[in-house]
Amino acid sequence: MLDKIGIAKRIAQEVKNGYYVNLGIGIPTLVANYVPEGMEVEFQSENGVLGMGPFPFEGEEDADVINAGKQTITTMPGASFFDSATSFGMIRGQHVDLTILGAMEVAENGDIANWKIPGKMVKGMGGAMDLVASAENIIVAMMHTNRAGASKLLKKCSLPLTGVNCINKVVTNLAVLEVTDKGFKLLERAPGVSVEDIQNATEGTLIIDGDIPEMSI
Amino acid sequence: MDSRFKSSINCRIFKPKNFDMINRTVKGVEEALEGVKSDMTLMVGGFGLSGIPENSIAQLVKSGVKNLTCISNNAGVDDFGLGLLLQGKQIKKMISSYVGENDEFERQMLSGELEVDLIPQGTLAERCRAAQAGIPAFFTPAGYGTEVAEGKEVRDFNGKPHILEHAFNADFAFVKAWKGDAAGNLIFKGTARNFNPVMCGAATITVAEVEELVPAGELDPNEIHIPGIFVKRIFQGEKYEKRIEQRTVRKRE
Repeated sequence: MLDKIGIAKRIAQEVKNGYYVNLGIGIPTLVANYVPEGMEVEFQSENGVLGMGPFPFEGEEDADVINAGKQTITTMPGASFFDSATSFGMIRGQHVDLTILGAMEVAENGDIANWKIPGKMVKGMGGAMDLVASAENIIVAMMHTNRAGASKLLKKCSLPLTGVNCINKVVTNLAVLEVTDKGFKLLERAPGVSVEDIQNATEGTLIIDGDIPEMSI
Repeated sequence: MDSRFKSSINCRIFKPKNFDMINRTVKGVEEALEGVKSDMTLMVGGFGLSGIPENSIAQLVKSGVKNLTCISNNAGVDDFGLGLLLQGKQIKKMISSYVGENDEFERQMLSGELEVDLIPQGTLAERCRAAQAGIPAFFTPAGYGTEVAEGKEVRDFNGKPHILEHAFNADFAFVKAWKGDAAGNLIFKGTARNFNPVMCGAATITVAEVEELVPAGELDPNEIHIPGIFVKRIFQGEKYEKRIEQRTVRKRE
């Protein structure tokens, strides 16, 4: 089974040379740490920066240079700043190659819910609805089940939707799955996890085609 | 640097005898806020606490105006940013994309004292930009199939459903820039730019506060982010706290 860092490491393998990538808050943020050395890649943060670098050294934090999680960041040589409308122009105009975000639920048709739990405090969708409605290549990073042990990969989302029919791939602590017309296609198992374990933790339709390889991290 | 890419300083040599540049400077924050009344709709720039018009917000608190509708990506924290206006119960309605990190906000929202309209961040930015650019409405895919789309016109373009969104209609826009000149031209710094440029000229009156205000001619016209035509009033803020919300650092190796 993978921990959060394991999920980030596996997703980092999906980042290709020359990609512009938007990382959501939480596990997705960790992905930047595991991109293979020497790869050309730029990270976008929707508050208005392309070419995000690591956190600043102590004492070098700048209140005017943050990411969408409001964390202090640095920029890489060649980085740029821009306004919010331009930032979402990049996203809506499909100039960003890969979007990685967290989720509360994903349905087998590619629907995603990640912004609201009715009856609880609603914090808002931020840029998530814009991202999922426009991005061509979206990977969800999440735990396979919630804290109560219930599956987060469902036939149909029960929570209010963030977007419809938009998720391509899901990487969880148990598996890598592709969203297809017929349901979740199991691509890889996490180390030490059996196909049966994954089946038991998946409420949505799971397609098991032949031998499922264990992922290499 | 290649001389062709050096700033063209000759564009400010010409100074006619019969007219001057328009001066957008106001004396200070009191004059900048003249005409702000209760029940108005205000745009407020910033992302989190970065690039917020600190001095204008402080003056809004002081003025005691009430029943405000605020269009702003976030609602500040309990004791800073728009959180200060919430403490004084001066806000009737918030139009934002993300409003976490604020206990007083949560209390007022759950008790029904505060109306909240949550909209996707890109839609929020574009509704500002549309108001600035004189575009009454536009179609976007963001929010299609979700509760955001309820009651809105849906139309397919290139085989994909989009929803109709309208430009905002606001009385005042309060923005914060790094540098500005007397003609109202603005330059922003880092990610403190965020929503500030798209709110300029998106309301009846745009008030820009800057860290450094210089005479017209001091800023290179090539480097201006927002031309003064979008800014009605400009002043230099007395001080900037520039609070950091999430201080994340790494150790030196």
